[in-house]
Amino acid sequence: MKVKCPVCGAEIELPEDVMDGEIIECESCGAQLEVKKSGDKIELKVAEEAAEDWGE
Amino acid sequence: MIYDHPRWEEKHMIKLIEELGHEVLHVPLRSSTLELSNLKKIADVAIQRAISSVRAITSTAFFEASGTPVVNNLNTQIICDNKVLTDLVLEKHGIPRPKTFVAYSMEEAMKIPEKLGFPLVIKPIQGSWGRLQALVSDEEALRGILEYREAMPSPQFKVHYMQEYIKKPQRDIRVFVVGDRVPVAIYRISQNWRTNTALGGRAEKAELNAELEEIALKAAKAVGGGVLGVDVVEDPERGYLVIEVNSNVDFKNTYRVTGHDLGKDIVEYAIEIAKR
Repeated sequence: MKVKCPVCGAEIELPEDVMDGEIIECESCGAQLEVKKSGDKIELKVAEEAAEDWGE
Repeated sequence: MIYDHPRWEEKHMIKLIEELGHEVLHVPLRSSTLELSNLKKIADVAIQRAISSVRAITSTAFFEASGTPVVNNLNTQIICDNKVLTDLVLEKHGIPRPKTFVAYSMEEAMKIPEKLGFPLVIKPIQGSWGRLQALVSDEEALRGILEYREAMPSPQFKVHYMQEYIKKPQRDIRVFVVGDRVPVAIYRISQNWRTNTALGGRAEKAELNAELEEIALKAAKAVGGGVLGVDVVEDPERGYLVIEVNSNVDFKNTYRVTGHDLGKDIVEYAIEIAKR
């Protein structure tokens, strides 16, 4: 499944089991992107910043 | 399965659950809305995997209030997500841990070295992966770090949590507890005093022994039980000391280096909880 990187426009190959909310890195520009998936529609947007309460 | 930014662990557990013939209800928090005013049970058990603590705690509270038990339960999550709360239940249960102080102002924090000496460790009371933790070797360095912390927008950084530095053998031990069992443990080895694998620490299978298992089980029980990662260091004189207990464990590295599938343990434990 190919989707466009919202930052640099490069084509990104998404894994078959990609999940809503997953964070993907764009291999060409390094942007951290968040998957927005509803039904079969998938788009990528710049991921939210890691917050201080993130962790194990 | 509740998540915000799903990773390998979440995908792995979902596959295991489906292979066991159970239906998985996905709760992707970043595209979900929780109706607090019309609670109804929608699942037999929930596995909480959100990496944001505030999202995890609020969604766990929602599911518990609607009749769905959660792995881990709300009490365990709240305690594990705050180092002060964790330390206090560990202390009350007589579990050996490093000397630790909390001060609420820079002036008070500057007095703590009189009791702890240098070097000492200063950490945020929330968060993990070693983030924003500092090893402080003298008074001027401490003053500088305290000034930075006091300037941080979040109130939690004005709680100065300061702990003795343990001269450990360049490693700590992550002991995993699932219910009342200790299935596996790993060493996290690093030149850096912070041994987190998230910071480049190397994981290696650790040998378990009766004493290590007992201290991990006691710590897990003290914080409220469930699926936990107990971080233990080996102090030259006092032996095993518990540093922290984590309630949302990463286990991809553990699976890679030990071959033990903690995801399977977690799924089986959740199914057990669902049947209770």
